[in-house]
Amino acid sequence: MIENIWTYGLVALTFAIYIGVAIWSKAGSTKEFYVAGGGVSPLANGMATAADWMSAASFLSMAGIISFSGYIGSQYLMGWTGGYVLLALLLAPYLRKFGKFTVPDFIGERYYSQTARVIAVICALFVSFTYAVGQMKGVGVAFARFLEVKFEVGVGIGIVIVMFYAVLGGMKGITYTQVAQYCVLIFAYLVPAIFISLFVTGNPLPQLGLGGKLADGAWLLDRLDQIHTDLGFKAYTSTDVNRIDMFFVTAALMLGTAGLPHVIVRFFTVPRVKDARKSAGYALVFIAILYTTAPAIAVFAKTNLISEVEGKPYSEAPNWFTDWEHTGLLSFNDLNQDGKIQYYNDQNPQYVRKAEAQGLNGNELTIDPDIIVLANPEMASLPAWVIGLVVAGGLAAALSTAAGLLLVISTSISHDLLKKWLKPDITEKNELWAARISIMVAVIISGIAGINPPGFVAEVVAFAFGLAAASFFPAIVLGIFSSRVNKEGALAGMVVGLAFTASYILYFAVLGYGGPEDYWFGISPKGIGTLGMLLNLVVTLLITYITPAPPEDIKTMVQRIRVPKE
Amino acid sequence: MLKPDQKQYWKENLTYLLILLSVWFIVSFGFGIIWVEELNQIRLGGYKLGFWFAQQGSIYIFVLIIFIYVWLMNRLDRKYQVNED
Repeated sequence: MIENIWTYGLVALTFAIYIGVAIWSKAGSTKEFYVAGGGVSPLANGMATAADWMSAASFLSMAGIISFSGYIGSQYLMGWTGGYVLLALLLAPYLRKFGKFTVPDFIGERYYSQTARVIAVICALFVSFTYAVGQMKGVGVAFARFLEVKFEVGVGIGIVIVMFYAVLGGMKGITYTQVAQYCVLIFAYLVPAIFISLFVTGNPLPQLGLGGKLADGAWLLDRLDQIHTDLGFKAYTSTDVNRIDMFFVTAALMLGTAGLPHVIVRFFTVPRVKDARKSAGYALVFIAILYTTAPAIAVFAKTNLISEVEGKPYSEAPNWFTDWEHTGLLSFNDLNQDGKIQYYNDQNPQYVRKAEAQGLNGNELTIDPDIIVLANPEMASLPAWVIGLVVAGGLAAALSTAAGLLLVISTSISHDLLKKWLKPDITEKNELWAARISIMVAVIISGIAGINPPGFVAEVVAFAFGLAAASFFPAIVLGIFSSRVNKEGALAGMVVGLAFTASYILYFAVLGYGGPEDYWFGISPKGIGTLGMLLNLVVTLLITYITPAPPEDIKTMVQRIRVPKE
Repeated sequence: MLKPDQKQYWKENLTYLLILLSVWFIVSFGFGIIWVEELNQIRLGGYKLGFWFAQQGSIYIFVLIIFIYVWLMNRLDRKYQVNED
């Protein structure tokens, strides 16, 4: 019960901070609402970008996924950080110089086409909405698991909080709350990581602990490899994986990161071109702190978990083991009735024969990967307040990402659809009202969808990157680096890239026709966005060169965005 | 249209991009995926080198790449007098 008091207290405190920040940073104009007035410092924008970027999944699930996938988990680590290099070098500075509010703004003006703008709006809405639904669901899960409130009530609380600061402050409110949320989430991630690193390797820095030694002098990673092979699993660092697919997935995540509207739009909020470059660097520093810690947590927790539990009598299992059994994240089924916990790979036929000879009757322990982050504090015997901190951190991660996405949705509606298309004569005041109303509606709809997610949502979130990579990335980069690419080329490229990627995903992942043996070149649906991107590139260039060049004023515009100041 | 020296500015920028993006590609896709087995023969403390690049090293180098680009471009902006301050 003491944990609950700490958890309630810390969550309430952080929420009070977010609301306070929101009141302080109320938006007064559309420019403040869409891009925080363009006056955010590169450091603050870097932090806000990091919070915007790191979702509930990064915070709660990523270390667990790596823990159970080993070397191939690197695709997420490299994929979700490497995109920032592309952003800083190929996109952010030029889009900042272009100086409008949204990604569809750029696509629409660069390709002098309302159709291109509308396609971009639809893509932005689709990607952002599915992603936002996942976050609202994450908020509900965090509340339900830790605060013993109903899942629906948890989502409801999330809706109220996000609505409060997003509707009031727009991008300005969201930016400064994200700064606060980043501080909460990184503190919450690092405290248990530092303690568990000390506990396992004697080194307080998880990044060094991962390459460090255990108390008995063995290298940690060698020991974990050993534990894995002893139990019939592949060694943790084994490179015996489909590396072609790994290549494609990594690339799709990188290209997708650089094409996601809610990330790109953050670079419209800084004052100057040079700030946009620097800000991308800060953002990656803040992200890298978490992303280089995650693989360490993955290894510490897994080594700890297996060595404290495997082969031990159930009656002597540590307290946290029985505690987490109640949540269903761990489950023990004593198949051979010997009272001991036996964990091994019962999918490995050779090992199974050996295990049967020793009187084992199948793997008895099932572990949900999410436990790696959640149970960390208890595994390292940390005080109750640390658990409260992890909950507050998980909520900060979910709320900050949700808010960033909802802003893209509302801007797409009030700016790209209303102001730039349906009702160009709308006044500034009414446009601001439209923005506030659309963000309110978006919060509520995504909350409701989060409570009752349509079947496709969970699957699609994972593919949002591929879709962004196959649609936005080439259109934006070519729009900057070539003044020859024209409307016809870009439109054809976006449509082909998107249609190809979406149908591959639909065919294999959503409808479930065909298995891995049918994949083209062994590329899984998660990595297909890379191929879609290449296809988009080829089609764009091909069509461009058989159709007339863009008008002179577009060429001039491209020349102008290439220099910070004429 | 751009003044002639601004064309030169763009050319130099493209050279920087080419070099830095090659590094970006080599440390992640190269060291982390394509040549991981060869690099894993070498050790860095408790890490196999290929594994280190895939889970740690590439990320540190990504950060470095961005800040080197920031520094190079600030210098280039001043050289061609297109800096904003």
